[in-house]
Amino acid sequence: MKGILKLAYKLVVNDKSKFTALLAGITFAVFLMMFVTSMFGGVMNHSAATVINIGAPIWVMDPSVENPLNTVGIPDYVLDAVRSMQGVKYAVPLYSGSALLKLSDGAYQPAMIIGLDDTSLYGRPELIQGKIQDIYAEGGFVAVKDADFPKLGNPHIGTEFELNDHRAVVVGIAKVSTSSLFGLPTLYTTYYRCLQYIPNPRYTISYVLIVPQSASDIPRIKEQAKALGYLALTKDEFIGRTVDFYIFHSGFGMNLLIITAVSFIVGLSVSGQTFYTFILENLERFGALKAIGTTNRELVSIILFQAAFTSLTGYGLGVGLCVTLIGIAKLRMPEYAAMVTAFSVIVPFLMVVVITAISSYFGVRRVLAIEPFEIFRG
Amino acid sequence: MLRTAIHASGLVKWFGEGEAKTTALKEVSLEAFFGEMLYIVGPSGSGKTTLLSVLSGILRPNAGNVSVEGADIWTLDANQLADFRLNKLGFVFQDYHLFPRLTTAENVAIPLILRRIQWDKALNDATKYLDIVGLHGKAELPPLKLSGGEQQRVAIARAIVGQPDILIMDEPTASLDGETGRAIVGFVRENILNDHRCIVIVTHDSRIYEYADRTLEMEDGRLTAAKKVQDEN
Ligand SMILES: Nc1ncnc2c1ncn2[C@@H]1O[C@H](COP(=O)(O)OP(=O)(O)OP(=O)(O)O)[C@@H](O)[C@H]1O
Ligand SMILES: [Mg+2]
Repeated sequence: MKGILKLAYKLVVNDKSKFTALLAGITFAVFLMMFVTSMFGGVMNHSAATVINIGAPIWVMDPSVENPLNTVGIPDYVLDAVRSMQGVKYAVPLYSGSALLKLSDGAYQPAMIIGLDDTSLYGRPELIQGKIQDIYAEGGFVAVKDADFPKLGNPHIGTEFELNDHRAVVVGIAKVSTSSLFGLPTLYTTYYRCLQYIPNPRYTISYVLIVPQSASDIPRIKEQAKALGYLALTKDEFIGRTVDFYIFHSGFGMNLLIITAVSFIVGLSVSGQTFYTFILENLERFGALKAIGTTNRELVSIILFQAAFTSLTGYGLGVGLCVTLIGIAKLRMPEYAAMVTAFSVIVPFLMVVVITAISSYFGVRRVLAIEPFEIFRG
Repeated sequence: MLRTAIHASGLVKWFGEGEAKTTALKEVSLEAFFGEMLYIVGPSGSGKTTLLSVLSGILRPNAGNVSVEGADIWTLDANQLADFRLNKLGFVFQDYHLFPRLTTAENVAIPLILRRIQWDKALNDATKYLDIVGLHGKAELPPLKLSGGEQQRVAIARAIVGQPDILIMDEPTASLDGETGRAIVGFVRENILNDHRCIVIVTHDSRIYEYADRTLEMEDGRLTAAKKVQDEN
């Protein structure tokens, strides 16, 4: 069989123009598919940045919250109620919102403000400069050093700015694992200071964060939150809800679907078509092989091998191309929102498998249908 | 004593149904022996290719049977038939059906590779057979770099590389000019035919009749005469 597959390999690879077209089709389709899913992965990651960075195991929110960028205030009594729930080790409030800063040079800059529970500072970021206790100092804010950090004028400890006529000062520089989307710099301060500095609607708590006594308490906590009229989600569930929101309630899902369809059609029409033409061109010779004693099984193996070999090579090239381009883009723009995830590698692979299956199906059908007698008659 | 290579009796083959039914073989019986070059001649449409296909396990007859070296081939299943063709027969088609993207040696090696002979050895043998058919030094060329006569020689090398007992040739000279055709069949007669091999040739080409040991004439699905054209032994 090894020799037969070597023959199969030579037949397809030696046909340089067709082989190139086959590879180009698959490579392009895989690249497109992987690129858009990586983009999606990156955006999802960034849009769930607050959830990932704060890292609380359970998040209580208003049931109408669909993603971390749009919060709905929760009344204070909910925090008290949650604290007295069974299975809750402790619970803290979190403020998350945006505000307009006036920088020292007079320019206005919108920013994302996160207010941590005053007593515990639960969810605080890792500081690379300064001391976290200084967050309690008059007007103390911690600036996050991410891609949008320069928009604050590359502040250092002691840099001052204004927030709704309140004086604010940078007391620390932090780093986070995931920077947020849409180009807003992020500042951390205390929950109480958010209430003072930022004009707020009636209810001010964005989320109640819960640390359960144990993982087995989670279902019970969820039920109790539900009875209260609120939604308690684990960290992963909240990220999943964010992804769902973008897929189903934003244009993103539709775009993803369109690109999927386009890359599938490109892959199938360029590569599938080329492969089929390749089979047709060699049809009589396959018939002659049949006449001299090749079994149907061997012929099917030849075609499947050819299809699989070209597809996998094209897949490899497509993935390589995509990783390289994203890598280059990230070198130039450190927070470029594309992330190669398992999803963005598996989805194009599945697509390639389907394209291969379809094109070899038609090729196999044609080859099995040849009557060697017809070849003989010429 | 002549040993029987192929024995066929009562072969009937028709195509289509009702109005469109054509009977291509009408009770054909024949015998072919080792050591002979048997010709089947006759007008176009008389059923020669059909007969050759039935004899070689490519086309199943509606009635009658074929035994090759004593074994009834039409009782075999599809895989056994493929095996039989691969191991016992060599085919030379009217069109050569060479793969243009393989070298001539790789084309010739195909029957060996199908028999699971190791790649390098198969190519070695193929090159030897290319030498035998007079294509020394052309092993690495693609078939399209060769002339028509040379391509037919490649096809012959492919047919004999597995040392088949029976060589089946359908109009082997149809795409060649007279001289080349004669040269090739003469070459086959001189170098390929031996006491352990039977060669069956279907042809229209009167210029090669002289090489036949025996000629069967076909007309309208029947064998009309069997005559010994010439005795070279
Ligand atoms: N698949 C088929 N369907 C219908 N009729 C067929 C088929 N194959 C062959 N025939 C008919 O059977 C008859 C014999 O055909 P065959 O090809 O055996 O003739 P031949 O003697 O080889 O002719 P030629 O010298 O032109 O090659 C012809 O009348 C042909 O039309
Ligand atoms: Mg014919």
